[in-house]
Amino acid sequence: MKRIGVFVCHCGINIAGTLDINKIIHRISNYPGVAHAEHYEYMCSDPGQNIVRDTIKDQYLDGIVVAACSPTLHETTFRNAAKDADMNPYMVEIANIREYCSWVHRDRPEDATEKAIRIIRTAVEKVRRNESLYPVKIPVFHKCLVIGAGISGIQAALDVANAGFEVILVEKSPTIGGRMAQLSETFPTLDCSQCILTPKMVEVSRHPKIRLMAYSEVKEVTGSIGNFHVKILKKPTYVDTDKCNLCGECVNVCPIIIPSEFDRGMSMRKAIYMPFPQAVPSTYCLDEANCLGLNPLRCSKCQDVCEPGAINYDMKPEIIEEDVGAIIVATGYDLYHKEALTEYGLGIYEDVIDGLQFERLLSASGPTSGEIHRPSDGEVPKDVVFIQCAGSRDEKHNPYCSKVCCMYTAKHAMLYKHRVPDGQAYIFYIDIRSAGKDYEEFVQRAMEEDRILYLRGKVSKVFKEGEKLVVWGVDTLTGQKVEVLADLVVLATAIVPRAATPEIVNKLKIAADGNGFLKEAHPKLRPVESLTSGIFLAGAAQSPKDIPDAVSQGSGSASKAIGILSQKKLQHDPTITDVEEIACGGCGICISVCPYTALSMDDRRNVVLVNDVLCEGCGTCAAACPSGAAELRNYTNRQVREMICAALSKV
Amino acid sequence: MRIILKGSKVKSKLTEKVEKISGQNIFACYQCGKCSAGCPMIDSMDYMPNQAMKLLQMGAAEEIINSKTMWMCASCHTCSVRCPRDIDLSAVMEALRLIYLRTNVNKVEPSQIPEEELKDLPQIALVCNFRKMTR
Repeated sequence: MKRIGVFVCHCGINIAGTLDINKIIHRISNYPGVAHAEHYEYMCSDPGQNIVRDTIKDQYLDGIVVAACSPTLHETTFRNAAKDADMNPYMVEIANIREYCSWVHRDRPEDATEKAIRIIRTAVEKVRRNESLYPVKIPVFHKCLVIGAGISGIQAALDVANAGFEVILVEKSPTIGGRMAQLSETFPTLDCSQCILTPKMVEVSRHPKIRLMAYSEVKEVTGSIGNFHVKILKKPTYVDTDKCNLCGECVNVCPIIIPSEFDRGMSMRKAIYMPFPQAVPSTYCLDEANCLGLNPLRCSKCQDVCEPGAINYDMKPEIIEEDVGAIIVATGYDLYHKEALTEYGLGIYEDVIDGLQFERLLSASGPTSGEIHRPSDGEVPKDVVFIQCAGSRDEKHNPYCSKVCCMYTAKHAMLYKHRVPDGQAYIFYIDIRSAGKDYEEFVQRAMEEDRILYLRGKVSKVFKEGEKLVVWGVDTLTGQKVEVLADLVVLATAIVPRAATPEIVNKLKIAADGNGFLKEAHPKLRPVESLTSGIFLAGAAQSPKDIPDAVSQGSGSASKAIGILSQKKLQHDPTITDVEEIACGGCGICISVCPYTALSMDDRRNVVLVNDVLCEGCGTCAAACPSGAAELRNYTNRQVREMICAALSKV
Repeated sequence: MRIILKGSKVKSKLTEKVEKISGQNIFACYQCGKCSAGCPMIDSMDYMPNQAMKLLQMGAAEEIINSKTMWMCASCHTCSVRCPRDIDLSAVMEALRLIYLRTNVNKVEPSQIPEEELKDLPQIALVCNFRKMTR
């Protein structure tokens, strides 16, 4: 019979304040198989761990139970302590007598003590039939996939590549750069966004370790940490990059004129276009959806005029397959759809625009070369109203704070004042959230030096009266209703996840939170990891964030990915499913319930096979198996039965 | 009460004048309300000191000039000492009073004061009278 040791932790008064520790020790030391029972004030402390270590050796223990807090907290601590004493770490079980017992039964100490004894006994029963297990070793592909080439994805790709690993950087649109490329100047330093971004874009395109795949989409992802297999769709641009000499003749002759996505409709583009002059990769892209037709009989103006013969209407979409060890998801954000903000006239009046549209107006490379002209008549607006929290912090729209609007609105108003010194800027706000290095000073500067009128209150509606837009608001600080006769209204529209985020979530088998942003593994302690191991999150796809935060998270996820890529082999938890082939009837029920696609049918022998690498040990298959063939290691049906008996039998 | 704002109103002459006389930047106020929180005369005011500042920012001249606030201010300087933005609010209040008084016609005509009264009146009372009641 195994010699089992039980170690009961007081956790200060967290456990000992409610439970009668001496009674527990006395009763449990008489339980069959328990060779030693001991208690200590803080078992997780160094002296506590030493007790565990020394006792295992001195008492020749075969397995131990630590009765303490939740196994999510200190299971690893005690497994490592056991390992130091030459015990297999899987012979350690945690009996959770804090969260499951002392904390929730403070008012009934006697009953709680009885319950704690039963909890410990079930753990003893489990340890009695535990087997020594050894981690599953997994080979690693030393390559990383980064999805999305905004500033966060770019940073992640550069960091991984500079550490010496290959990177595949996939970007959906024809150019990299993301939202940051659209911005004019950045708070709080007012340096030009493109000027600080384009060097990084160029670095990405020239980096020998980075394979840039613009105008491409991730179609399918299978496998798991260390061994992802991805299929990437490379959409045809119909322009041969090698031949194209960027003369731009094709753009001049193209008869199609449509609103430019990059300028958010503030300018027009052709069907064959380059989003902006510093686009990377620097090439034209023929927009299939808007082209008259890729049939030379209909229109072949661009092909006719192209001297180097770079335009090829026969280009086909390609599927590229790659094996990677880690994936970084940096798919970015969208702005809240304008149909939702009609109360502010967005989408109704030409002169009500969103923050990104205003960025394009401010941008030196924008449609107005940085001069402020309103969309309707091109006049210079003299009264500009900025409305913060448009769709944010609102139960009818999005409950969360979009985080960056306070800062960029202050920047917008400030830049507007610099461009139109005799103009007046009004900002309607609920609170000003300027937490960040030099951010508060920036907002104060906007108020004090640029004399921007901050009005505390939400706008109820915007409507047109003659030439002017009437903004109905309030200043709650003076208790006055305020009406502004404005020439231009700029909304700090809420930041929402990209429309394709649910698709990404499904393809990668990661999770999204209630607002649709990618969910991190732990809100505080694991902010760059997804709930699926080997997949990391970066940038505004996880939550609204500004450039420094997006860059930090990009670097953070890169270092996490490097942690995987730099290993020769990965270790995987061995508490996974075993299928006993003799008992397996080949019904395949387990295959249909497995959430990790870890099970497959061996058609020749009509039994189910387990992929050790993919199995996460959830136990769903074991519960579903009608013949008891599928069993989780160290959670066998026999063990569970004995544990139930121990919990229910008389104390 | 409804305030209709446009650029010309916000950049009002009054606010400009207050800033010139007091030497304070009205737009430096971020409406924390610490001035009002410590003001010993607040119970007698119609607009709280911070509200007066906000109205000045909005260029709502009539509102503030016709209010009781500036007259109830005791010039105790508590607000000025406490202001986290370092605005001398007492100076702003004094500027408002000055502007009001300067806009009014003479309440006293120095040349019309009878000589006997001039002899009897203390010098300081006369000077105060001129300051407050004359242009």
